[in-house]
Amino acid sequence: MRIHIRHEIVQTFTPPAKGLNAIMRLTPRSHEGQHVIDWRVEIDADCRLRNSDDSFGNLTQAISLAGPTGQLRIAAEGVVETFDAAGIVRNSAERFPPELFLRETLLTTPDAALRAFASDVEGSDAIERLHALLVRVSERFEVPEDAKPTKHAAGAGPGAAHAFAASAGSAHDLAHVFVACARLMGAPARVVSGHYVSEDEASAACHAWAEAHVEGVGWIGFDPLLGICPHESHVRIACGLDALDAAPLRTAGASAVVDTTSILVRMADRQMQGQRQQ
Amino acid sequence: MVEQTFWDEMTSDGADARAVYARVDQWLRDTPPDVLAARRSQAELLFRRIGITFAVYGAKDAGERLIPFDIIPRVIGQSEWSLLEKGLIQRVKAINAFLTDIYGAREILRAGLIPSDLVYRNPHFRPEMAGRRAPHDIWVHIAGIDIVRTGESDFYVLEDNARTPSGVSYMLENREVMMRLLPDLFGAHRVAPVENYTDLLLNCLRSVAPIGSSREPVVALLTPGQYNSAYYEHSFLADRLGVELVEGHDLSVRDDVVYMRTTQGPKRVDVIYRRIDDDYLDPLAFRADSALGVPGLVNAYNAGNVTLSNAIGTGVADDKAMYTYMPEIVRFYLGEEAILKNVPTWRCREADALKYVLEHLGELVVKEVNGSGGYGMLVGPHATRAEIEDFRAKLTEAPDNYIAQPTLSLSTCPAFVESGVAPRHVDLRPFVLTGADGSRVVPGGLTRVAMRAGSLVVNSSQGGGTKDTWIIEDA
Repeated sequence: MRIHIRHEIVQTFTPPAKGLNAIMRLTPRSHEGQHVIDWRVEIDADCRLRNSDDSFGNLTQAISLAGPTGQLRIAAEGVVETFDAAGIVRNSAERFPPELFLRETLLTTPDAALRAFASDVEGSDAIERLHALLVRVSERFEVPEDAKPTKHAAGAGPGAAHAFAASAGSAHDLAHVFVACARLMGAPARVVSGHYVSEDEASAACHAWAEAHVEGVGWIGFDPLLGICPHESHVRIACGLDALDAAPLRTAGASAVVDTTSILVRMADRQMQGQRQQ
Repeated sequence: MVEQTFWDEMTSDGADARAVYARVDQWLRDTPPDVLAARRSQAELLFRRIGITFAVYGAKDAGERLIPFDIIPRVIGQSEWSLLEKGLIQRVKAINAFLTDIYGAREILRAGLIPSDLVYRNPHFRPEMAGRRAPHDIWVHIAGIDIVRTGESDFYVLEDNARTPSGVSYMLENREVMMRLLPDLFGAHRVAPVENYTDLLLNCLRSVAPIGSSREPVVALLTPGQYNSAYYEHSFLADRLGVELVEGHDLSVRDDVVYMRTTQGPKRVDVIYRRIDDDYLDPLAFRADSALGVPGLVNAYNAGNVTLSNAIGTGVADDKAMYTYMPEIVRFYLGEEAILKNVPTWRCREADALKYVLEHLGELVVKEVNGSGGYGMLVGPHATRAEIEDFRAKLTEAPDNYIAQPTLSLSTCPAFVESGVAPRHVDLRPFVLTGADGSRVVPGGLTRVAMRAGSLVVNSSQGGGTKDTWIIEDA
């Protein structure tokens, strides 16, 4: 599926922030199942955009803003072509052996309840157990059948244990729960941030899901919010040990209160239509 | 319980003092207890005036305390010291090579010498640093290696401190106080100086400044602030180094360059001697809720515009599980045998070791791999049966989390305590400085002494004291 999306983030600082630094992970990489045709990131500010990649292989842009900043507007826009690969992510940029993704982080530290939950998951092999976990996490959070990722990008959230106890949460929270359990079950697992577009309607939203590694197969995506494996509606942007590592935008400056809105719009793909007419 | 015997550094268990201790022994014989007591109260007065105190976290009287100071110096001969010095430098060299490798090619994992999960799942391993190189390949510029002695030439490393080792201010202050308090005794020995530590440290820090800065590198000391237990040391060192003492909000990063606020406007900083843990350094890279750090600092570091001392991620080299592999690490990178011995350690993750440990719980010290400060620890000989059974269950359930060691016979030194002059257990933390031009160890270090009779716990939070350490020319 050819997807043309525009992701706009507006951060408002009260009082205006001084000495603001930000790191963005808004640019997807190509891998089997996802081909990035065109992508760019724009910033409505007077600054240099420093391109780099982080230790997980995510493409990053960093900026520094000296003066008082009341509002920061960032837009990422581009075209990707996606293919249904049954959730399997091949030829992605990998910097570590999968084993690294057994690490616990603050947001994915399990508590007793999560341990008990994970130990009840059954299945004859690793893949079956991970699918069973996917079902269990989805059910636990009582995600209605017509659930869609929300329009707003949630923050990193309160962490797996907290979200589990509350039985409620955002896509990030569910991903954290899934990742924490998968690791307990011995499967390296990570959080992925990205976008979700539905096939039928022209809607799109920021989203997060999980990936777990299975020996002999590789990295497999699991979307606990939707209770499915990611397919061609998922645009994969960044991954990491938890949602903070994969966060679309992290900003920090001198003590200012931040309000963030994030909107994803699916654009009509004129380029593609144009090609069809030829 | 078997009565353990301990080696005494003054008497070597004989009637006469060892040669290096001859003058101290004579002085102790010649000086009546009331004069010693007077000296001790003078010392306390001096320390109070200097204001050298420390805070104990969580203590009810969370106020500042004075660490007990013992006026009898600990004496170590030059030849004994030379051996120690060589061993310390070798160890730090191996640690730096290990860190370069672990964050680079990971040869040691490929060679199968260290189980990879000890690195990848180590909370102090920083994935963010993978693929990055430290300036001059030096990660640990300042190391504090804890040494215990059990005999004439038996030195063991108890612990490597490769993150932000503290205590050096006590080494310097103890010497100053001793020179004022006991000038005659001091003058009668040829004691190697420690006062040049701060000069060496400053040279060391400047030597690792980002390559390409043509002016004199600007160094700053980054402290978490006055509520940190080691704040006194931070301000003391900044003062002696002649560098700015800064907190996170005094620094800012713009386009990967670090600036310090000064009355003359922003000033570029080249080297940061940071006394803040990795986790709190940069809210953009690590804990997002950190108010102590500097947003963007890690990017500036990775861009090669500032040197952090010590580098980020050094903790993977100094934790208890990695410690057990130090002899292999030294051999792997340097092709030499380790000069300083490790305390024999059973890794409970290995089946044979676990079996032995479970059979000998009553004699061993069992430690949690990632624990510190004496928490999650079983001291077999002092434990009740219930405590031992409790640990047996824990060990059986998660053996990977534990190591075990024999209870060590720490050496004793004479100390002046309430009952008079009596032997007390000691350890030693020498400080190893590593700059672009090599490693140096100031002759001496921080000697910690367990002031309670029979106690093996030298931690200052548990009533331990300090004393001056004299490295003297062999008599």
